[in-house]
Amino acid sequence: MFLQKRRRQIFVNGVDSFDLIGGIPSLAGSVSQRACSFCGARVVLYPITDALHVVHGPIGCAAYTWDIRGSMSSGSELYRNSFSTDLREKHIVFGGEERLYITLMELINQYSPSAVFVYSTCIVGVIGDDIQSVCSEVNKIKCIPVIPVMVEGFLGTKKDGYKIACDAIMNLIGTDATKKLSLYNINILGDFNLAGELWILAGYYKKIGIQVLSSVTGDGKVKDIQNAHRAALNVVQCSGSMMRLAKKMKEKYNIPFIKVSYFGVEDMSIALYDVANFFQDEKLVENARVLVKNELKNLLPSLEFYRRALFKTKAAIYVGGAFKAISLVKALKLIGVKVVIVGTQTGNVDDYKLLKSICDDGCIIVDDSNPVELSEFIKLTKANLFIGGVKERAIAYKLGLGFCDHNHERKLALAGYEGMANFAKEVYETVNSPVWQFVRQYKVL
Amino acid sequence: MYSSYHENSFSIKETRGTCNACKQCSPLGACVVFLGIENTLPMLHGSQGCATYIRRYLISHFREPVDIASSNFSEETTIFGGEKNFNTSLDNIIIQYHPKIIAVASTCLSETIGEDIKRFIYEYKNLHKKNKKLPEIIFTSTPSYKGTHYSGFHEAVYSVVESLANEGGNCDNHINLFSNFISPEDIRHLKEIVADFGIRAMIFPDYSDTLDGALWDTYQRIPPGGTSINDLKNSALASSSIELGYVLNLDVNSSRLKTNFLSQSAGEYLKTKFGINLYRIGLPVGIRETDIFFQLLSSISLAKSVPEKYEKQRGRLIDLYIDGHKYVFGKRVIIYGEEDLVVSLASFVVEVGMKPLLCVTGGESGKFKNILQCVLSNSFSNEIIIKQGATFEQMENIIINSEIQPDLMIGNSKGYYIARKLKIPLIRVGFPIHDRIGAYHNKLLCYEGTISLFEQIVNALLEKKQHNSSMGYKYM
Repeated sequence: MFLQKRRRQIFVNGVDSFDLIGGIPSLAGSVSQRACSFCGARVVLYPITDALHVVHGPIGCAAYTWDIRGSMSSGSELYRNSFSTDLREKHIVFGGEERLYITLMELINQYSPSAVFVYSTCIVGVIGDDIQSVCSEVNKIKCIPVIPVMVEGFLGTKKDGYKIACDAIMNLIGTDATKKLSLYNINILGDFNLAGELWILAGYYKKIGIQVLSSVTGDGKVKDIQNAHRAALNVVQCSGSMMRLAKKMKEKYNIPFIKVSYFGVEDMSIALYDVANFFQDEKLVENARVLVKNELKNLLPSLEFYRRALFKTKAAIYVGGAFKAISLVKALKLIGVKVVIVGTQTGNVDDYKLLKSICDDGCIIVDDSNPVELSEFIKLTKANLFIGGVKERAIAYKLGLGFCDHNHERKLALAGYEGMANFAKEVYETVNSPVWQFVRQYKVL
Repeated sequence: MYSSYHENSFSIKETRGTCNACKQCSPLGACVVFLGIENTLPMLHGSQGCATYIRRYLISHFREPVDIASSNFSEETTIFGGEKNFNTSLDNIIIQYHPKIIAVASTCLSETIGEDIKRFIYEYKNLHKKNKKLPEIIFTSTPSYKGTHYSGFHEAVYSVVESLANEGGNCDNHINLFSNFISPEDIRHLKEIVADFGIRAMIFPDYSDTLDGALWDTYQRIPPGGTSINDLKNSALASSSIELGYVLNLDVNSSRLKTNFLSQSAGEYLKTKFGINLYRIGLPVGIRETDIFFQLLSSISLAKSVPEKYEKQRGRLIDLYIDGHKYVFGKRVIIYGEEDLVVSLASFVVEVGMKPLLCVTGGESGKFKNILQCVLSNSFSNEIIIKQGATFEQMENIIINSEIQPDLMIGNSKGYYIARKLKIPLIRVGFPIHDRIGAYHNKLLCYEGTISLFEQIVNALLEKKQHNSSMGYKYM
């Protein structure tokens, strides 16, 4: 039933004893749920609001990434446009550098962006357009950062694209030092301000007495990112995409980093304490304590209600990054939901070891899965809730399961205490909808 | 060095790229067609991202599972060629899906490195010739730097027919209906209509079940439904073919360097190769265009008449036009989308007394204006701004610069941001509709579809008026 070559990527907790393998290329023809490296870089850099994002390639790559993330902006809306060199046959034959040059020059005149990101695509890698030279030429004339993001789709998975995006951001960091600093400041790495989540987090930090100097990249502003090298600490969420940047900033600017997750009560509180403790100021820690106490006072009673209502729920999780999966397992446990399937597109061996340790026996853990497998797992485990992205939603609905979106298109904030309340409410409303009574139960195998 | 480009060192002046294109790439269209064939799994020969992006884009519109395999190019594949990946991909598809057909579309990457996909298929078949259950493997060339998703769609319609249709047997009095890129609901409606006329028709592509199915007991590897392979094989035995739409894959040549290669539609192919009559008419939206379609069906049918059911529908539509005529008269409309869709919508818009201000398409067949002129005939006016190969950015600029004040937009959901700025209603038709559920149930074609469209338009205008009134009346 399943592809033999993938047997080391499927694991039943408490039954199997091998190391679950992650991070290897998808098998051709397996119908992986993964995207390409271009997609990885595009989604990471996408929320930088006042930059011009130009895709150098035929129209598809730009069309499919037009305004797809739920990332919100407090200022410029430029990032929500889809700019493409829209290459045609003649460019493939004679080269697209001229087209790119003219596109960049005209768009910069028209939109006055603070910086430009130029994304290469598969075909540009093949025809050998010298994007770097075009970018540096435009940079000289226009005097704004014009950063090539050499991220041909065939280079690998989304995760490979994340690395390239981090390198692109490194090019921007340290090129300005004019932003006013307060006593305690941090960079938030790896929050993308989906449904305004960054603003929730920045609100918490402000209450504690900490300035968010720069956010990479949610509600990102070029100037803030240029100043990011002056922060005292990098606070990294979504470590899958941002660890490389954190490590590079440590090397180059000696900025320490901590890994956090803002999803779920436990992880959120730990994040705030860790950051407060870092500055070794008792006042901050006390502020954090007060904040957490107040938030929990409001939140926990409502969670108790959901926990009682959801105790029979069995959830399947299939998301991009392992860190998100780990937080989801914890958050679901908190509201009484049993996790029976958990999988990721980009987890590695270590991530899966951690996942194994927090999942119950019998839970299926899977790397780089596909529709055929996921639907079989659902049948086996009788899961009645699926948490994933758009592609998983279709599978879940077709099989008559509830579904909650935890992908980057979503319009509901899930971070922080407020997010936890939203999440619990959504799970409750999904699972308890009366429509499921019309769905036939699967036959017992 | 690049600044010299500005001094125009090339003979044809290069222009800048696009912002907010009004099109997608050609492999997407091909995949939709493949999903409309019985027991078929589409496969893209290229990077993983192409398949995933297109799946996500289609799933967000149809809200159904869409499985598209990828041969998953790596850097190594790109340099040394993709035959090995191609074969592995076919192997794994067969293991997981057991399809009757694997339909392969190329991508810009595989086309540019010069992959000879037809040879790959030939050799794969040779390698497995002892396997009697080996699926049929068909191929459409869809480099994304050529044409749009719309031409990709019709290229696939053509190549599927070209691969499967075979001679032998007698004309069995059925017809081929090439129904264009329409909603699953419209496909069902067309099926109902031809059946009521007593005509046996192969409708292709038929994704009315595969992309709009009921709940499943167990996950179907490949959703049931689709145009049957047998019918496709017999398409060469039809008495005639009907193609809805005038442009079809004409724009595939638009961005080519050499135009000595002439694209053919499926109907043209069957006509030249097998001598099958071809009727080409517009997408039947509105009374005039639908009348043409129904007259044609009537002339093909045995009874030579239009069933009473449709006479009644037509009557109800005219009655509705009268109920609503005051609210739409003189209203200025922006129409955008695929060329054939815009043409048929424009024809409807003028017949109810609205004014098309702006007709915009991302396609570039070069025939858009001519066809509009033909179809609108007396109602055509030189004041209509017609743009082919256009983008939403250009559309917005035209609206701002020409100070035209539109009352309404008709098109896909990607134009919503402009409607929002203009504070005018957007009537969502076509593809993609990513911000609403139920796009797959949109009925647009024939009298019934037009009833639904006209009601939506009138009610949207009424709602706006009511909302803006100081009085907030609840009676009109």
